[in-house]
Amino acid sequence: MGYVAIADRDHEVEHHDPQTFITKYIWSQDHKVIAIQYGLTAIFVGLIALGLSAMMRLQLGFPDSFSFINPENYYQFVTMHGMIMVIYLLTALFLGGFGNYLIPLMVGSRDMVFPFLNMLSYWVYLVSVIILLISFFVPGGSTGAGWTLYPPQAILPGTPGVEWGILLMLASLGVFIIAFTMGGLNYVTTVLQARCRGMTLMRMPLSVWGIFIATILGLLAFPALLVSAIMMLLDKTMATSFFMPAISSMGVDPGHTGGSPILFQHLFWFFGHPEVYIVALPAFGIVSDLLSTHARKNIFGYRMMVWAIIAIGGLSFVVWAHHMYVSGMNPYFGFFFATTTLIIAVPTALKVYNWVFTLWEGNIHLRVPMLFAIGFVFTFIHGGLTGLFLGNVTIDLPLSDTYFVVAHFHMVMGVSPVLVVFGAIYHWWPKITGRMYSEKLGKWHFWMTFLGTYSIYLPMHYLGFAGVPRRYFAMGNTDFMPASAQDLNAFITMAALFVAVTQILFFVNVIWSLRKGPKADPNPWDATTLEWQTPDTPPKHGNWGHELPECHRWAYDYSVPGYKDDFIPQNVPAEDAPVGRQHGVEEH
Amino acid sequence: MPLAVVLILLVVGSLIFHVVSPWTFTPLASNWAMIDFTIDITFWVTGAVFVAVNLFMAYCIIKFRHKKDARATYEPENKKLETWLTVMTAVGVAAMLTPGLFVWANFVNVPEDAHEVEAVGQQWHWSYRYPGEDGKFGEVDAERISVDNPFGMDPDDPNGQDDVLVKHPEARIPIDRPVKFLLRSKDVLHDFAIAQFRVKMDLVPGMETFLWLTPNKLGRFEVLCEELCGMAHHTMRGAVIVAEQDDFDAWLDAQPTYAEINAIPAGNATVGAAQYTVCAACHGAQGAGLAALNAPKIAGQSAWYLRTQLNNYKSGARGAHPEDTFGKQMAPMAATLVDDAAINNVIAHIQTLPDNPSPATIEGDVDNGARLYRVCAYCHGGQGQGVQALNAPRAAGMTDWYLARQLENFQDGIRGAHPMDFYGFQMGLMANVLHSEQDIKDIVAYINTL
Repeated sequence: MGYVAIADRDHEVEHHDPQTFITKYIWSQDHKVIAIQYGLTAIFVGLIALGLSAMMRLQLGFPDSFSFINPENYYQFVTMHGMIMVIYLLTALFLGGFGNYLIPLMVGSRDMVFPFLNMLSYWVYLVSVIILLISFFVPGGSTGAGWTLYPPQAILPGTPGVEWGILLMLASLGVFIIAFTMGGLNYVTTVLQARCRGMTLMRMPLSVWGIFIATILGLLAFPALLVSAIMMLLDKTMATSFFMPAISSMGVDPGHTGGSPILFQHLFWFFGHPEVYIVALPAFGIVSDLLSTHARKNIFGYRMMVWAIIAIGGLSFVVWAHHMYVSGMNPYFGFFFATTTLIIAVPTALKVYNWVFTLWEGNIHLRVPMLFAIGFVFTFIHGGLTGLFLGNVTIDLPLSDTYFVVAHFHMVMGVSPVLVVFGAIYHWWPKITGRMYSEKLGKWHFWMTFLGTYSIYLPMHYLGFAGVPRRYFAMGNTDFMPASAQDLNAFITMAALFVAVTQILFFVNVIWSLRKGPKADPNPWDATTLEWQTPDTPPKHGNWGHELPECHRWAYDYSVPGYKDDFIPQNVPAEDAPVGRQHGVEEH
Repeated sequence: MPLAVVLILLVVGSLIFHVVSPWTFTPLASNWAMIDFTIDITFWVTGAVFVAVNLFMAYCIIKFRHKKDARATYEPENKKLETWLTVMTAVGVAAMLTPGLFVWANFVNVPEDAHEVEAVGQQWHWSYRYPGEDGKFGEVDAERISVDNPFGMDPDDPNGQDDVLVKHPEARIPIDRPVKFLLRSKDVLHDFAIAQFRVKMDLVPGMETFLWLTPNKLGRFEVLCEELCGMAHHTMRGAVIVAEQDDFDAWLDAQPTYAEINAIPAGNATVGAAQYTVCAACHGAQGAGLAALNAPKIAGQSAWYLRTQLNNYKSGARGAHPEDTFGKQMAPMAATLVDDAAINNVIAHIQTLPDNPSPATIEGDVDNGARLYRVCAYCHGGQGQGVQALNAPRAAGMTDWYLARQLENFQDGIRGAHPMDFYGFQMGLMANVLHSEQDIKDIVAYINTL
């Protein structure tokens, strides 16, 4: 696969140069501005979701102590927290944010191949966020059906937000998927068609690989969510029976017949499991680049890392029913899905090994991004290993629907990706803003976040062992639960509030850096990848001035023997510096 | 350096926490020791990986941290190492998966000698059905479900006539006999879970699911719904009592069959009027209640609720708490109604009494009350009219001082704490939503406006 010249025509530089403030920062078609718009919006809704989790934790830690929390809005908090974090924060931030910023810069392109579509993608995403936020204020409030929105209860009285909340939730998801599709087609096409001369696929940084494969997963998985959202909307508004069998709801027959609630679960998890990897694969890719750069060492086993991303992406479509072992589906499915699920542990484990071997015989600079990257490896190991409990169908019997599940997926899909998000923001901050941040504040932020989140989620697994069910507003008195479980819940709440509050450190750092931060070197980490080799920092519209870069080597020529510097940027010709690794060159 | 030390401390700390944590699996009470065994294997394998990889990482951070003039080695790949690690990982995964699949095969193949019990879920209650002497369940259909036929039984199916219907959330099973729980939901998804038995399964409307186990410990085990089923999900509790075979048989004999329930004659108001004279002493000849004697209004209250409460008083599920002064007065009175027929007769008479709204005696902030009442409306209805399908009694137009006292009793565990008072237990959890005496006054004041 060669490069395609669409992006390296000279006139492309002035092609859509912005003229006014509005076209430069608001209706911008520059992938970097769009990335920042995506990022800010995602972080804004993420903070709302963080606030919702604080409300949940207050009730769980100190039951019935707060007059503003009751079972109705508790379940609304649970639902909106989950949905916002998974879809509107993590998916949007990794793909819309980092994908947008990094893909063109890392593959040596001037922009995404469809800049107008890219702009549209953000604004449609913003519409989906606004619809979502409106649902907090409609009569009955937002939906309280749990982020999985399982029918029948999602659309029946007995569940909060059945009047309007569920409609707006489904509508917002539909709009989000439209936005994602516009962005996603763009990312995939850009990676395939707009790489600069010499940037073969097997020379791309792993960040791009992770985002690229994650986007493909999204394009294949989100349609399943879209159709299930449409079908549920029809069940709710047109009294169809896709997911609704004949039932007696609170003594009333709502008039459905013949539908299958399990069909929804299959559709939902056919999207929902790849969704885990839509979040995880970009994190895998980014963390690989952070580890390699700050350890001054090539990523260990690059080709295996690429194939592992592809294998995990592929396998993620044949494991979905491990979310449904106790759903009442045909139990014989358990054999198949347990096997595929545990197989996925092999490529995932290899990635972990390769991250750690990247540190081996490295020259490790423990800067802020590196701290977050190593923190990620630790939490991801923990979260990955607990996945082996839940994926093994037998063990899922006692642990399913308990706090073990909550702890597991927060460790693997909450804490781990968020550590990468922060690591990535610190890592690319000098390029994005042209300024340095406070290393000291950044380190404090890391320690509080890393230790705080581990204090939340390690003990939470043990509540699950003891049998504490998730999604319980209150436990009340039970015979089998030790009373000390409540003390543990109180501790977890304190830790959660602590982590939430210490995120202020990050925002203080951001504001300090933007106002007083020292001017950043164009390549402060001595990194090899192309985004650090731009003529301007921050890169201007069109990224590369008049001449597009040319790629001459893979992304990981760190500490190549026989060369004076401990890094050789990808655009340094072979004549000027030894090429450490020959893979992919033969295609050139 | 601090990072490496912290990583090591976290590894050691996690291991110590694991060993000393008092929060661990409840003692097993079923045949599923194999599940615990699979978990143990998984702990060993994953624990070893957790320790090894993290300690190795910490070692790398110490050994290869940046030093002046240091330089990393250049090693893009190491095929041999990567292959070796792949194989080792695959072996570890197989060590966990193999017993897992083996145990699962046991779980999906129910022993042929298992007896069957049907657990029925609805928002937010459990009930049970036993197949009766013929060993066959009668046909049920969701479209036949009504307050008079809560199980949706087919009245013409001969197999169903002897089905034993347990309409409260406590079931019994005999010890050491495999039991297959057939799971059925009337409305939304639920999940039948008992921590000590280890196994759980969702209830799905429109189909029947199952799980099986052999209980091997006597005792009472709580059933929790573990699939989000609406606003009151967390109150959906039940229990399974594991009893000796003889005790189980005696208990089962005492439960009514479908045919017996249908044969209970309707109450006779004329006969009931004579019995009501006892009640009238406190509740008044018109059933309007008498505040001076702490007797609430009963005229206009639903028959099914009066029946439940009279039975609760008779069984001690209500009115037995030492601080329940007025409940203790009511309990011996209820005992004068010797059987179901007597209860039905007196209720039939109460149904004939005029239903005039009780005068309001409590004032409060109606707006705040309306806000608080949102949660109550899920079960008691938007007009406080009560919803029999949810076992929620009428609240509007009844005696307000009595409502306030009951809310306090629920909060204080004076009512609803008895293990057999399941609906009271639910109300106890819900009553905690009110955080002050003022909240209680406000909500009662609002109910007065309905």
